[in-house]
Amino acid sequence: MGTAPAPIPPVIPDLRRSREERRSKILGSFKAEGVRGVLIAILSTLVFLGVLIAIVINSPNWLLIKQQFFNSREFSNTFPYVLHGFFHNIEVFLMLEPLILVFALLLAVMRSLRGPIFFPIRALAIVYIDFFRGIPTILLVYLFGFGVPALQIPGLPHAGAFWGGVGLLLSYSAYVAEVYRAGIESVHASQTAAARSLGLTRAATLRFVIVPQAVRRVVPPLMNDFISLQKDTALLSIVGGQFGEAFNHGQISQQSDFNFTSLLGVALCFLVITVPMTRFTDHVLERQRRRRMAGAAL
Amino acid sequence: MSALAAVTILVFTACSKASSTASGPTATTAGETAAACAKSATFLTSGTITIGTSNPAYSPFFQGGTTSGSDWKLNDPTTGKGFEDAIAYEVAKRLGFSPGQVTWVPVKFDQSYAPGPLPFDLNIQQVSYKPVRAQAVDFSTGYYISNQALVAVKGSPITNAASIADLKQYKLGAPIGTTSYDFIANVIQPNGGPASYQSESDAVAAINGGQVDGLIVDLPTALYMADPYVQQVKNSVVAGQFTNPPGGTPPYWGMTLTKGSSLTPCVDLALAEMRRDGALQTITKTWLSDKTNVGTVPLIGP
Repeated sequence: MGTAPAPIPPVIPDLRRSREERRSKILGSFKAEGVRGVLIAILSTLVFLGVLIAIVINSPNWLLIKQQFFNSREFSNTFPYVLHGFFHNIEVFLMLEPLILVFALLLAVMRSLRGPIFFPIRALAIVYIDFFRGIPTILLVYLFGFGVPALQIPGLPHAGAFWGGVGLLLSYSAYVAEVYRAGIESVHASQTAAARSLGLTRAATLRFVIVPQAVRRVVPPLMNDFISLQKDTALLSIVGGQFGEAFNHGQISQQSDFNFTSLLGVALCFLVITVPMTRFTDHVLERQRRRRMAGAAL
Repeated sequence: MSALAAVTILVFTACSKASSTASGPTATTAGETAAACAKSATFLTSGTITIGTSNPAYSPFFQGGTTSGSDWKLNDPTTGKGFEDAIAYEVAKRLGFSPGQVTWVPVKFDQSYAPGPLPFDLNIQQVSYKPVRAQAVDFSTGYYISNQALVAVKGSPITNAASIADLKQYKLGAPIGTTSYDFIANVIQPNGGPASYQSESDAVAAINGGQVDGLIVDLPTALYMADPYVQQVKNSVVAGQFTNPPGGTPPYWGMTLTKGSSLTPCVDLALAEMRRDGALQTITKTWLSDKTNVGTVPLIGP
């Protein structure tokens, strides 16, 4: 570091500089360590990977595992079907997500209503959320997918995948309602008091003051639930039928050829969507944090 | 009663071909018996033979029913009753094991071909041979070849179908990993695609819930599902069976073993003995042909 005296840190943090630092956190740590640090990092990564690969390749069953899990011919044979199925996953996700957002908000508002007169509505929302959040999603999908069509109610769709999707909708609405509720409760009580003192009705307070602030605050956790839902569309495979989503196609090839490689294709499809979504969520979180920090600095 | 006759004849003409094309080492010396071969083979637990099958063990391949306290659903294989059950005990006998030395383990289908040593000496659960599958496990020679059949609700429009072309407009389901599923996907090719199910029970639930118009299953399974005394599929009939798809016979059913198992050639010897002295034919007649309460099943042509 030399003999130069350390600069006195500014009282107000330089926002632009700290942003850049955060953006390149990994590189930043290299800078601190210098070239030697970079070399050590590269070397240790290579050694780590080398040991890992050596362990896997030298395992007694590696040839069989390679044949049954990492089979390039099997991959190219099955991937087109898997990819075709994956468009169905995206389709379901895009259909369900808006419905869940609206339904869950309704539930959260119902649960947040104050006053004895709203007790039945509040109780209903609580019972619903407890019930559907307490049952494993896979079970809901299965029970709805096979149970509802068996009721043979005239006029309702018979497709198991449709009802499996309803199961996903009900389960996720319960989760997302709780996320919304956390947001609603995080808005300070003084906001309600101020809005009411301005002459806004209870409903208008909720609509124009509380909910907009609440929703903005819970965008990152909501996006986590998006990612989760995107992955859980694979649960529809247990209902089967003509729907044929990605995991379903993967399993069909797996069972037909006694080879698990097709499932790697399924994993790849999901990663291509979920990893960018995760990075984007990080980005949104970071932007929110920066906004709050900026407010604090002023 | 005659529904299975054609199939049965087919099995025994096709098996000679099967034994020559099947994979696996044939390191047996001429004239060696299955019992002698088994003496030098290794078993999971010496002194017993461990045999795997699915749980639930489906009829008519297992038919003993189950007792309270048993871990087996539908049928307990230790009873020795049912087509595959009888074959398993007969093979075990020829390998030198008494019925008391047979241990059954429940094996999920996808567990039966996981890489590495498998939790059984021998697995029997209607697994059809495919060359690609033989890269993962050893197959014995065939003990059965089944036609595919259509199960549907009595009087529903699909029961009038006379050809594969007639079937394209309907929703047809089958459990995945079966010849039946491949038959829908590759031969019938319905307009809306095949409906896949994770298990036979799910497929039955689907047709009972009106999700599909018909199920394609192996003929013996179809005869069981639609049996007037069983009616696993409610109010059902076997609407037809299919002639072999163009390009050859349907795949045979073999027992599966860990890849490279020293027992594989011994099982092949046992099956060859059973074919030679008529035991296989007798078991097939006893547990499949004689058991069906469904009359002649019409053929659905191409």
